[in-house]
Amino acid sequence: MEFFRIKKDIPFMRHALVFNVISIITFLAAVFFLFARGLHFSVEFTGGTVMEVSYAEAPQLDGIRDALTHAGFVDAQVQNFGTSRDVMIRLPNRGAETSTQISERVMTTLTQGFSAEQKKPEKRRVEFVGPQVGKELASDGALALLLVIVGIVGYLAVRFEWRLAVSTIIANLHDVVIILGFFAFFQWEFSLAVLAAVLAVLGYSVNESVIIFDRVRETFRNSRKRGLSVPEVLDHAITSTISRTIITHGSTEMMILSMLIFGGETLFYFALAITIGILFGIYSSVLVAAPLAMWLGVKREQFIVQPKQKQEAVV
Amino acid sequence: MNRYPLWKNLLILVVLLFGVIYTLPNFYGEVPAVQLSSAKSTVKLAADTQARVEQTLAQAGIAHNGIFTDATSIRARFNDTDTQLKAKDVLERAFNPDPNDASYTVALNLLSASPAWLTSLHALPMYLGLDLRGGVHFLLQVDMQGAITKRLDSATGDLRTMLREKNLRHGGISRDGETLVIRFREADTRNSARSLIRDRLPELQLADKTEGEDLLLVGSLSLQTQRKIQEDAIKQNIATLHNRINELGVAEPVIQQQGADRIVVQLPGVQDVAKAKELIGRTATLEVRMVDEAATQSGSSVGVDIFPERRRDGTILPIPVKKQVVLTGDRFNGADASFDNNHQPAVAVNLDAAGGRIMRDVTRENIGKRMAIILFERGKGEAISVATIQGEFSSRFQITGQFTAEETNNLAILIRSGALAAPMEIVEERTIGPSLGAENISKGFHSTLWGFVAIAIFMMLYYMLFGVISVLALASNLLLLLAILSLLQATLTLPGIAAIAFTLGMAIDANVLINERIREELRNGSTPQAAISAGYERAFGTILDSNVTTLIAGIALLIFGSGPIRGFAVVHCLGILTSMFSSILVSRMLANFIYGRRRKLEKISIGQIWRPTASKT
Repeated sequence: MEFFRIKKDIPFMRHALVFNVISIITFLAAVFFLFARGLHFSVEFTGGTVMEVSYAEAPQLDGIRDALTHAGFVDAQVQNFGTSRDVMIRLPNRGAETSTQISERVMTTLTQGFSAEQKKPEKRRVEFVGPQVGKELASDGALALLLVIVGIVGYLAVRFEWRLAVSTIIANLHDVVIILGFFAFFQWEFSLAVLAAVLAVLGYSVNESVIIFDRVRETFRNSRKRGLSVPEVLDHAITSTISRTIITHGSTEMMILSMLIFGGETLFYFALAITIGILFGIYSSVLVAAPLAMWLGVKREQFIVQPKQKQEAVV
Repeated sequence: MNRYPLWKNLLILVVLLFGVIYTLPNFYGEVPAVQLSSAKSTVKLAADTQARVEQTLAQAGIAHNGIFTDATSIRARFNDTDTQLKAKDVLERAFNPDPNDASYTVALNLLSASPAWLTSLHALPMYLGLDLRGGVHFLLQVDMQGAITKRLDSATGDLRTMLREKNLRHGGISRDGETLVIRFREADTRNSARSLIRDRLPELQLADKTEGEDLLLVGSLSLQTQRKIQEDAIKQNIATLHNRINELGVAEPVIQQQGADRIVVQLPGVQDVAKAKELIGRTATLEVRMVDEAATQSGSSVGVDIFPERRRDGTILPIPVKKQVVLTGDRFNGADASFDNNHQPAVAVNLDAAGGRIMRDVTRENIGKRMAIILFERGKGEAISVATIQGEFSSRFQITGQFTAEETNNLAILIRSGALAAPMEIVEERTIGPSLGAENISKGFHSTLWGFVAIAIFMMLYYMLFGVISVLALASNLLLLLAILSLLQATLTLPGIAAIAFTLGMAIDANVLINERIREELRNGSTPQAAISAGYERAFGTILDSNVTTLIAGIALLIFGSGPIRGFAVVHCLGILTSMFSSILVSRMLANFIYGRRRKLEKISIGQIWRPTASKT
């Protein structure tokens, strides 16, 4: 089997402007939604109490909501979690009451209507996070992002060339913003696992640019390909790695799809973040990073190792 | 020719063998066991304790299949839960003849069923996180400020005694935030006081100040002392937590420091959060003070602190106590429920030497007066015992008073729980039901399994024999990753399983790169042998670069992540390292083994190679 039968290098660079305009529009939309809607942070960030309760038969969510409002939990959010029999209840932090008191009170409220023979709802999980922990998580997350950026730019600048490093990191950061934009637009829950996914995906899609730029460097140094112009070199590099790009991402995505299908609610958003990251990663690291590098002015000379000339000196 | 030298092949095989051995224990599952550990800090597990366990079980005719000893516990494995329960009863009776004064904790537990030879190689199954096995997780914040103010308060007491002893008249000692202020009238007294304090309380940094008529001496704790207090506070809190959790009889509790001022407590298998929290969340400190008899009669509240006393009949009585602290919780060595001479339940209290000296002085002067033990929880004090001093005593004494056995037990636990250096507060709490844990394992397992199967099928169809090689390399990657996780006893969580799946999905990239390179070399007209060689060599640089960048992201997560992120990052980073080994070395070894020896190799099985020139015809 051979999927990719490409005779000539595909002239990607001819359409560079189009790709970048698409990119900018998506990016701006993502930024807009991030500001307009904001991220729906999980309890790990906001602080509060989350309970997961499992019923023997699918309950009426409205009934639960009414019962909780009646018991004084006015701001409780009730939703199904995974199956229709599992219910997730979120409660914001309150002053004096401890989480155990809260969860006990919620459980008594929920079990009230059940007679002795009926199977009572079962408490599956309680999670309580104090307010100060959340703030630290946010700042730790930002620091981690910063370290990733500095680390990757530094490494690529040493291994390749600063223009390639900068264009890579721009392309991939815009991916991160787009993933966040998706989470803001659909109001999916942004949990710690999603944060981990976003940072891991950043490392992963930088790969993509690395592999293309690796080819770019190789082509520049190849004496037989000296006649090619810079855009042609970029086209050649992208074309000759495209089959690997698609196959690798396809394989990774197979794994992630399996997680989306079998992983249950907890892994769902993690897998979703990676899926968006992979799809946009292919696009941006190939079609955004390469044109950026071109406009930043990569040239053959930057990659050819010049033999050091001995300076003659007269003293 | 594509051949690895013998040493390289052997090295790879040895590494793979290591992988198999250390992954093995994960497949044996768990069997019921009974765990015996010390319940008191004074009782240590002696060398003959294991023999005693064996003997006890043999006498009762209970068959075990292996007894294991480690630093803190002895564990015996049994074939079924019935025997396990019987054995627990037998051991409980043999080791704790007096159930009210248990020296040992006998708890039910699960142990790996792996054979002894694996255990002796330190090959243990992976340590499952709470989200996979169910249990309770707490994150406790230690109130460092509280520890420092407490030290200053006790220094205030010391200063009073010291100045009185030397007959240095002062106009009052008070604590103002993080400083101590001593007022003097005369410069001479201040000078002698200064040299005395320098001598006896070197941890205080002193400064002179005048305020109106008064000459002040302002003392504050040096930074070094503050740091030491904080370190000690954490250490003592962890130690106290260990003891309290031992009272719960939890199988494998995790109690660890996290960051500068936090403690993580994980109790696998515990479902009764309320009880666990009652013990752990009792973030308490203890003080012994004298009851102010004059204020009790007059009802005045000047110069005294008033704490509520919860009486046994349920009423609450305000108790005025003197401001001066006789003892703090850190002077307590222990408190146990026991019986007095009349066989009535009592609480036996044990103080350290310094505490004993203070107690002797205080009791000698105060026979017939009342002493209150005050427990502070979240800044609020409550007198847990108000007792009349019957005679002079020092480091060992009993609290009596028509208690029931249960009451003495509770009071003993309360006193012990007060022996903490600094108050703690629960800032994060998670409870995971056992059924949810089992579900999470199966979900994680199935995601990885089906993802792997899909990749394997695709790779074998697309790259034929080289696809098989890639899949074997990927499998060896998984093997090594599991082996390292088992060897390090790193905690595997659901995000960790996600990381295994994600890392495997990424690791195939290296083999795709290699295979594509080989195809490309063949397309450009290289001979098969040269193509294999060039494919691996040229792909290497690319693989290295791409893995390093991924590793940078992984390490950032490891440094800044906590909780679930850390679980993810550990597996992710390890997975990147093992994938470098397996996708390059293992797959090359296999390729060499299949093709390397053939001199006249015409064709290799790497799927169809399409040549642009050939297609024109």
